[in-house]
Amino acid sequence: MAARTIFEKIWDAHLIRDLEGGTGLVLVDRIMLHERTGGIALKSLAESGRGVADPARVFVTMDHIVDTLPGRTDDTLMPSGKQFITETREAAKAAELTLFDLGDPRQGIVHVVSPENAIVLPGLTLVCPDSHTSSQGALGALAWGIGSSEAEHALATSTLRVRRPRTMRLWVDGVLAPDVSAKDLALHIVALIGSAGGQGFVVEFDGPAIRDLDVEARLTLCNMAAELSAFTAIISPDDIVFDYLRGRPYAPRGTAWDDAVACWRTLASDPGARFDAELAMDAGEVAPMVTWGTSPQQSAPIAGHVPAPGVVADTDTPEAKRRALSYMALEEGASLSGIPIDAAFIGSCTNGRLSDLRAAAAVLDGRHVAPGVRAICVPGSSRVKSAAEAEGLDAVFRAAGFEWREAGCSMCFFAGGESFGPKARVISSTNRNFESRQGPETRTHLASPAVVAASAVAGFITAHLLSEPL
Amino acid sequence: MPPLVRLTSLAVPLLRDNVDTDAIIPSREMKSVAKTGLADGLFAGWRYTSIGGRDPDPAFVLNDPALADARILIGGRNFGCGSSREHAVWALAEYGFRAIVAASFNPIFRANCVRNGILPVEMDGRLLAAFIGPIAIDLPDQTVSGGGLTWTFAIEDEAKTMLLEGLDPIALTLKSSADIARFIADDRKARGWAYLDGAAA
Repeated sequence: MAARTIFEKIWDAHLIRDLEGGTGLVLVDRIMLHERTGGIALKSLAESGRGVADPARVFVTMDHIVDTLPGRTDDTLMPSGKQFITETREAAKAAELTLFDLGDPRQGIVHVVSPENAIVLPGLTLVCPDSHTSSQGALGALAWGIGSSEAEHALATSTLRVRRPRTMRLWVDGVLAPDVSAKDLALHIVALIGSAGGQGFVVEFDGPAIRDLDVEARLTLCNMAAELSAFTAIISPDDIVFDYLRGRPYAPRGTAWDDAVACWRTLASDPGARFDAELAMDAGEVAPMVTWGTSPQQSAPIAGHVPAPGVVADTDTPEAKRRALSYMALEEGASLSGIPIDAAFIGSCTNGRLSDLRAAAAVLDGRHVAPGVRAICVPGSSRVKSAAEAEGLDAVFRAAGFEWREAGCSMCFFAGGESFGPKARVISSTNRNFESRQGPETRTHLASPAVVAASAVAGFITAHLLSEPL
Repeated sequence: MPPLVRLTSLAVPLLRDNVDTDAIIPSREMKSVAKTGLADGLFAGWRYTSIGGRDPDPAFVLNDPALADARILIGGRNFGCGSSREHAVWALAEYGFRAIVAASFNPIFRANCVRNGILPVEMDGRLLAAFIGPIAIDLPDQTVSGGGLTWTFAIEDEAKTMLLEGLDPIALTLKSSADIARFIADDRKARGWAYLDGAAA
């Protein structure tokens, strides 16, 4: 058999029928839903008189709309938010789906709870009406984001009609410096190839620097493939992934586990496999990063400056740069380090896992956020929250002046409830710095959890505290 | 979904790159578990003078009275990037758009368009935005015409058929139920580990 990429191996194993003209009918192993876009899929399905073909494949969690304030209920600060929660719950129950509801220790952000519970496994196809489903390719699954109508299709048929993506391999040589994280690598890549740089591709990350990453760091990297407009991202699974999955709630057990691992070990791109595009870079080039504009591609090393409109040879038009600088109230040529901030946010499907909280807490330990800075930490899942509390991280965050919240997507986006306020400048461990993403006229700077923590303490954007001993 | 074969209309030029779905429909405008009631919130952050308000900002192109009946939107590169929210496409469709011309599309957004009767035309919209006057799109011929010029565009067969016939893809796939059931039965033997029935959580 010809040499194949990991994508081709998974595609071939799931291809029920070639629909010709570049489209295939593909088996879907797992469907994940949340109350923001999944509830409408379930409702629409029920209204059409159709049912869920195989409820065992489907998992529902509450993450987008739920409040993250302590003592939360179905009531939310988001106008009409309660309806999304109650209707999704009722629809999930009516269809007899597994639901990680409010109060359930398994509740949390979909791309955090899925790996945590081994719902996603190497070699599976997994879909979710959420663009950051690419995160889950970190475990060697073909996992991609879809719309609500396609989710309805997957629910009704356990399949999707998929336009076959092209393949790209991004080889990352070398090693990341100690103060550089997977988030910095992700922002570096988005700045390098642009917000459309992965458009229509399955981006396979590989190379020594990728092999060095633990599962949570891989999840962060693959998460940001959504900001490349990629079809999805994938990393071939290895012992780091198998060790991570073993014994988790939905992982195979006994002989099924042995069968699974034997299959998973075949899931690497063969030597000589052809990709539609190949790129290579060195991890040593990556520095702590921060975004300066209103697209994730508008990012630069913290030690650098706001690129001047029309100066940087990249995918931004001068008009787009001017517009972004105007929105962000920054001058071209301004130093990124030292920009004063009003708020700091740690959480999200990008950087709301235990290792992210540990990285931030390591910076915050024995320190306090600068006067006037509002700082919030929202664990990515209820399990992350309890694990963090078990090792005392909540105390570190609280002592440093951070609010410590219940799990959810929270202020990664604004839905009419909480925000940091108009024109507030926020350093955030999230994934999108779009205009008004975190609130009307809010100015978002994306960075790693450690940089967010360091900047919160300093009161301005900085990477300085990362390497400075107490 | 209403079929789309040919369309002649004025076009709204919104030639920004990376127009994201948060801009197309801000999350705060997604107020109910429904696919309707969204047109009013379309481009709300750019279209109105204040957040939550409904006073049109005359500087925003969608508020140009001459384009009130336009059914074609012209975007820049990477149109519809960001969140997968299909509400963005529902809002565009409810407002009346039937085709979007853009240099490139985010893949989820593009698939959402096809599922909702909006034709994604991949071509550099700057060519078209230069014309004052109607633009004609012919899906069977895969052409766009304006100002006396005609361009061809590419679209995969599946999407073309869906749009031309206004098909319900679920109904189409359910015709293959027997094939799907056979495939799953074989797959269950080959990949038992991938199946969760009876799995203890």
